[in-house]
Amino acid sequence: MERLRSLLRPVTSVPLARHLIVALVALLVVMAVIGMSSQYLQTRYAEMAYFAIAAGGLTLLTGLSGQLSLGHGALMAVGAYAATLVLERTGGESLADVFVALLVAIGVCAVVGVVVGVPAARLHGPYIAGATLTLAVAVPRLANQWDVLGGEQGLQVPVPRASELPAWIQDLIWFFTAVEIDQYSFLAYLGWLLLALTFVALANLSRSRVGRRWRAVRDDDVSAELAGIHLGRARVVAFTVSAMCAGLAGGLMAMNVRLTAPGAFTITLSLTLLAAVVLGGLGSLTGALIGAGVLAFLPHFATDLGESFGLSATQAAEVTPVVYGLVLMLVILLAPAGIVGSLRPFLARLSATSALGSTKEKTT
Amino acid sequence: MQQFLDTTLGGLVLGAVYAAFALALCLIWRSTRIVNFAQAAMAMVTTYIALTLINADVPYWVAFVAAIAAGFGLGAVIERVIIRPVEGKAELNAVILTLGLFMVLHGLTAITFGVQHRGFPAPVSTNAIAVGDSSIGITPFGILTIVVVAVVMAGLVVLFRFTDLGLRMRAAAFNGEVSRLLGVRVGRMLTLGWALAAAVGAVAGMLIAGGDLVNPAFMDPFVIYGFIAAVLGGLDSPLGSVIGGLILGLSLSYVTGYIGEHLAPLVALGILMVVLLVRPSGLFAAAAARRV
Amino acid sequence: MFAVEDLSAAYGPVKALNGVTFTASRGQVTAVLGANGAGKTTLLRTVSGLVRSTRGSVQLDGKDITRTATEKLTSYGLAHVPEGRGVIAELTVVENLRLGGLHRSTGSEPMPIERIFELFPRLGERRDATAHQLSGGERQMLVIGRALMARPSVLLLDEPSLGLAPRVVAQIFDLLRGLVQTEELTVVLVEQNARSALSIADHGVVLNLGKVVASAPAAELAADEQLRHAYLGF
Repeated sequence: MERLRSLLRPVTSVPLARHLIVALVALLVVMAVIGMSSQYLQTRYAEMAYFAIAAGGLTLLTGLSGQLSLGHGALMAVGAYAATLVLERTGGESLADVFVALLVAIGVCAVVGVVVGVPAARLHGPYIAGATLTLAVAVPRLANQWDVLGGEQGLQVPVPRASELPAWIQDLIWFFTAVEIDQYSFLAYLGWLLLALTFVALANLSRSRVGRRWRAVRDDDVSAELAGIHLGRARVVAFTVSAMCAGLAGGLMAMNVRLTAPGAFTITLSLTLLAAVVLGGLGSLTGALIGAGVLAFLPHFATDLGESFGLSATQAAEVTPVVYGLVLMLVILLAPAGIVGSLRPFLARLSATSALGSTKEKTT
Repeated sequence: MQQFLDTTLGGLVLGAVYAAFALALCLIWRSTRIVNFAQAAMAMVTTYIALTLINADVPYWVAFVAAIAAGFGLGAVIERVIIRPVEGKAELNAVILTLGLFMVLHGLTAITFGVQHRGFPAPVSTNAIAVGDSSIGITPFGILTIVVVAVVMAGLVVLFRFTDLGLRMRAAAFNGEVSRLLGVRVGRMLTLGWALAAAVGAVAGMLIAGGDLVNPAFMDPFVIYGFIAAVLGGLDSPLGSVIGGLILGLSLSYVTGYIGEHLAPLVALGILMVVLLVRPSGLFAAAAARRV
Repeated sequence: MFAVEDLSAAYGPVKALNGVTFTASRGQVTAVLGANGAGKTTLLRTVSGLVRSTRGSVQLDGKDITRTATEKLTSYGLAHVPEGRGVIAELTVVENLRLGGLHRSTGSEPMPIERIFELFPRLGERRDATAHQLSGGERQMLVIGRALMARPSVLLLDEPSLGLAPRVVAQIFDLLRGLVQTEELTVVLVEQNARSALSIADHGVVLNLGKVVASAPAAELAADEQLRHAYLGF
């Protein structure tokens, strides 16, 4: 055992290798679970995957670089529309179409991320909250402005049928799970594969020099700047990376929902993502995954619960946002220590100002 | 020319409502340095309370006063119970807290009253006023809106400029510790600030709802428009908030009238970003530059 | 009579005040002296309830005000002028003064603002200026004037000379001396500038590391060369 460990050490001591191994093992386990699950659960897993990708990006932004975004629902909308438009053009019949659509979604969101990230890098606290919230309201409305975006009704999303997938993939999946791949499991596998890749990339990024810079900016922007770190640039890069995650998540969401319409990208979606990140503990990818799990599974429990208390279906559907809102409030009121670590930039800023104040009133 | 006039008048009415809303945010910002992202949801709740009363045959103006009273109470309770623990803490805490409150109020209203659209009455006509053969782009209710907002403004000016209570509230907001040493019950003043703000928000809610349809989401755009109007004016300045509200109302009215209504939020975002990046302390701030 | 008995306070594990006892008599200036960090400001803040005392008591004319809420102290006749010229910068001179008169010592007549302007004519000239436009000396006058609006019997002053030119300090101390006589005030004057403070004080209390190391008539303290060198820096 000891020997095995020492043999593996060269591999496990390299972060990228370690992350890849963890991701691969996790992926195999998850694929086995997905294969054995019901269609309903497969859909939930797929949903969890894209929420986790978006929440992971948001975690990176808020936890690592100390910025807040309430606009990630809008960025998911951008990704969803980009992917949908591509799939409409290509027909969306092959796996290649799917990947092209997702790459375009990521690319478009990268551009939007830069455009939004540059001004956002100069804002803090309530100002960045208000600005990104405006983004969350403004972007989905654009679908009503241009016909190509389908208006309120939205756009249908073509997705490849499982039988059209390359034979080797069908065989591979069958070999691993002993179950034929179908529409639902395909989207779940795809989601989790991309989730694993995204998290490896994010984990690696946060361990890299770039990640160290972000943390430096988050913890103490003044010293970071004195140390030669370009504040604005670090924040813009963080925003862009998290926007790309939101784009990918949006693309996947479009394929899962099969319909891209403005009604899906409400303020509530953005706030829900925030709830996932806050719930999971700002700054931790595991936390983002857990938060995403709650996002995917809670609504059905909450709605059932609401209906069992005699609420109508539409009323019961509102139980979920109430729970998210309560989660946000309770975490802040009862467990602020749980997120303090990642709030350090704000705390530091606060103590910097109160230190200025208290030099006036300090002990004599 | 006719369209320009109509658009302008419409913008002024809209601007008056934004102004009221921005004023509510400004009151809270001044007293506790918190942007209340739950303001719109609170106003939505009080509007539903008024609607319930009206549907029970209570006269409109009684319901109007009831909405204000409900807002006052709601604001006070929320400050005492929910906001007090995060006052003076990291600013992100208050942001997340009020957003959570937004979701909770939203959801609870939907559960209680349902999500369907309901008609909301207006005390005066909501048809455009006719001049000769044609009509101009303002309704009696629009005029009432402007008048009510002006009265609220004047009331606040009187309160803050000329009364001892207003002086205490301003002092408590500007410097809590010194105010305590001078005998001011600072905690009470902050509660009162939130209560007043919520009452002003309740007025805004009634003016937005009048003659229109309401559902639990009907106030959502005002979360951002009120914020943008307040930031335009500098967040700290009540007068600035009002002017910011009017500017935003006119701008969005022109965008809606001449370019396309669905672009309005995007233009609002553009205005917000330009103000924050070019003139961070707002268009009318007299005080020192703020950190955005 | 204003008496502090065995007063102690701590910031977490750090004892900032350790059994401080002294009395200040009516119509007299009692100077509390000591180096930076000796606990002078903490003493005033503990008296006002801004810092919680861990032991001891504060008496004002025989009443125990140790646990009285900060907001209520003005009604007992205690006025605390904080360090750093605590004007409310956003309010005008008149508004600052009005604010000072809102919560007066119980049973006292309102103080006409004009009376403050007689004491500090400079403030009268700037009555409609916002406080952040005032010079350091004017701000100090404003906070003293504002404290007087509450008709206090005890005035706690925290470092009124801080950052002011010597000429301005002399002017303010002269005024203070006069006020003590005309208004029958008990003044507790916390100062790092010991030489100036002793020049107008009747009595002096020297703090070091949160403890009283000397308490004697001002002239005696000023004459004690050893003490001066060790604790007062002149």
